Amino acid sequence: MLRDITLGQYYPADSVIHKLDPRVKLFGTLIYIISLFCFRGAAAFATVTLFLIAVIWTSKVPFKFMVKGLKAIMILMLITAAFNLFMTPGETLVSFWIFKITKEGVVNAALMAVRLTYLILGTSIMTLTTTPNQLTDGLEKALMPLSKIGIPVHAIAMMMSIALRFIPILIEETDKIMKAQMARGADFESGNLLKKVKSMIPLLVPLFVSAFRRADDLAMAMEARCYHGGGGRTKMKPLRYEGRDRAAYLMIILYFAAVLLCRAYLNWP
Amino acid sequence: MGIIKAKQLVHEYIRRDEEGNVESISTALDHVDLDVNAGEFIAVLGHNGSGKSTLAKHINALLSPSEGTLWVDGKDVSEEENVLEVRQTAGMVFQNPDNQIIASVVEEDVGFGPENIGVPTDEIWKRVEESLGAVGMLKYRHHSPNKLSGGQKQRVAIAGVVAMQPKCIVLDEPTAMLDPNGRREVIRTAHELNREKGVTIILITHYMEEVVDADKVIVMDKGKVVMQGTPREIFSQVGRLKEYRLDVPQITILADLLRQSGLDVPVGVLRREELVEALLREAQITG
Repeated sequence: MLRDITLGQYYPADSVIHKLDPRVKLFGTLIYIISLFCFRGAAAFATVTLFLIAVIWTSKVPFKFMVKGLKAIMILMLITAAFNLFMTPGETLVSFWIFKITKEGVVNAALMAVRLTYLILGTSIMTLTTTPNQLTDGLEKALMPLSKIGIPVHAIAMMMSIALRFIPILIEETDKIMKAQMARGADFESGNLLKKVKSMIPLLVPLFVSAFRRADDLAMAMEARCYHGGGGRTKMKPLRYEGRDRAAYLMIILYFAAVLLCRAYLNWP
Repeated sequence: MGIIKAKQLVHEYIRRDEEGNVESISTALDHVDLDVNAGEFIAVLGHNGSGKSTLAKHINALLSPSEGTLWVDGKDVSEEENVLEVRQTAGMVFQNPDNQIIASVVEEDVGFGPENIGVPTDEIWKRVEESLGAVGMLKYRHHSPNKLSGGQKQRVAIAGVVAMQPKCIVLDEPTAMLDPNGRREVIRTAHELNREKGVTIILITHYMEEVVDADKVIVMDKGKVVMQGTPREIFSQVGRLKEYRLDVPQITILADLLRQSGLDVPVGVLRREELVEALLREAQITG
């Protein structure tokens, strides 16, 4: 179950999306997220959907690879949907006991579910097509101006990329520890919530201990390879904008404009 | 002077309590003298806690000596301004392949070292290609390290060090977490680098089978260098090796037992073929 989270896993393929400058992809993801939470109406919805499908298709990442990431947030999605379903005031459709379902509630719940799904799909395209190192490079370069006011941009970027690199390893490790504890009779499935949380302790303690040990080892390995912060570092893959990056920027802006226009003029229903 | 030279090297791990008072001192290196010539293949053997890893970390300036001096390519490792140069001269490969690969793509990881020392971009690409070729991992350059086997990961780690063009590579138990196939891959790679590029190799291990092809073997126990010599010289002293809790290769033990029972078998047999040959000769003489 824990292996299903695809966030942070790079999927190697040879596509235009893979080759784009990470800054473009970061910008695109940001715009995409904003557009998700401000679109309204069928036309805007169609624009967003088309954009998403087009990007997924050009990325050459198998769709089922991304859907796997959705399973992990299923519960979050259900809870959000439930809250929207029961808590939105408005025209009552069904009511029983203290619950009542309103028309607005149904719409909101459906919208929220769609938004979350699109959010996960869209952001996982970024992580699936960009190596953590590229992502870090992109962030580092995009945020570099902040280092002038004393924010350690390079260090933050490095930490992020390492965290991303270790997600799959730690997940694998969690799986391993879980199986080891289960083999010795630990029960992670049954009992009420409190009991379940308590049963996580024998899972989390060894996981944390091993994560710290790994961190220590990794720090040493980095030092051994002459890592000494951002100063005097060169780049193997320096970021330079090319034609396709400018084209992508243009497309992202056009997309955003289209969503905004649909929101303003074609906001049926 | 050799590429690595230690003089009366001492390292103490000091354990302090919360107020900073010294609770206990354990001596990991106890007046070690060492002289390694450029181009040699040195194996360091020792049981757990013999100080062999501590010695390795000194060569890479990850630890600095409590007493004594260590020179790497003529530079004193305890001087702060030498640290980066020392680490560039003497690269290091660690035990756990997962905990030393920084990037999520093989070639980016190999490029990490050269990036740190400020190599220009074109040169990085050249070095990455060369060093991945040297360890035979060129066709995996776009792969994720998570999908490689242990031996392959370790070879990537070696390539990452080779890309910094060190004169010497220290391998700190590189095979401890690998299966027999992976172990062979890594040891073979180390020998190839030694032969073809003339890189000085210091292989730290507790598998005796891995040291038979080394130029020189150093045995450590309780922080001291207790034996030094060619593999044959070392393996001829089975009793002493057992004293230091080292597992002597089975073939060496067998040859030793045969010799004790009166057969004319040479001392320090390292390979099965050698023993077979000796026994055949014996059979011809007596038969």
